[in-house]
Amino acid sequence: MTASFMVLALLTVAGMAAAMGLRNAVHCVLALTLGFAGIAALYLQLGAQFVGLAQIMVYVGAVAILAVFAIMMTHNPESANLPVFSSQWIVGCIVAAAVFAVLARAISSSAAFTQVLPPQPDATVHQIGDSLMHRYILPLEIMGLLLTAALIGAVVIAMDRKEEMK
Amino acid sequence: MNSLQNYLLLSSLLFSIGLAGVLIRRNAILVLIGIELMLNAANINFIAFWRFGPDPSALTGIIFALFSISVAAAEAAVGLAIILAAYRHSRTTDLDQMDSLKG
Repeated sequence: MTASFMVLALLTVAGMAAAMGLRNAVHCVLALTLGFAGIAALYLQLGAQFVGLAQIMVYVGAVAILAVFAIMMTHNPESANLPVFSSQWIVGCIVAAAVFAVLARAISSSAAFTQVLPPQPDATVHQIGDSLMHRYILPLEIMGLLLTAALIGAVVIAMDRKEEMK
Repeated sequence: MNSLQNYLLLSSLLFSIGLAGVLIRRNAILVLIGIELMLNAANINFIAFWRFGPDPSALTGIIFALFSISVAAAEAAVGLAIILAAYRHSRTTDLDQMDSLKG
């Protein structure tokens, strides 16, 4: 376990825990960007540069901004004093802790891990683009179709129907 | 304990944090963010298994993680649009107040 992994893991876990625990929703999203940036740094540490940059662009750049917009558009001053956690929060915490306990036990008791670290593979953007354009061309096309459909669907769902009828 | 186990433990911790957020938060947008967190934990697993797997030059883990990020982005956009539509209908994003089906 290296020091850089420890620092990044602590940063990520702290950001994500703050994102799920803070009271103000905008503060939650700001903490979330910290956690997403920590995950991106972990990808870079693992040698997946392209995925790390995609993580920063998609999550820090797009999803977090989208969430901030949604929070600001749905801001309701009346609900500002409501509790942020549901009334059965203790059950949720117990379920999450149980899931973590099961996963952690399965991971730490598994004998399937090799002890040797394989040499750093080079995953250059050239290689990734090459495999996306040859071996994974059909999934790439389907992904483009899915993103287009999701974009149109999101606009149609979020559109205000009353203005349409005028 | 080797490093692959560390990454897997970190990702299961992030998954549990996201699950706790989904189960206990009352704001629908933060519940959606919790789901994003769980998807991110799965992505860490993809990349860690790619890095420590027997054949990293196959790039399978990287491609899978990229597609997973794209699907998660599409899901976030549609999910937030649905929350906006629900807000316009019921003027709240509080999940405990969305109880119009309650008898």
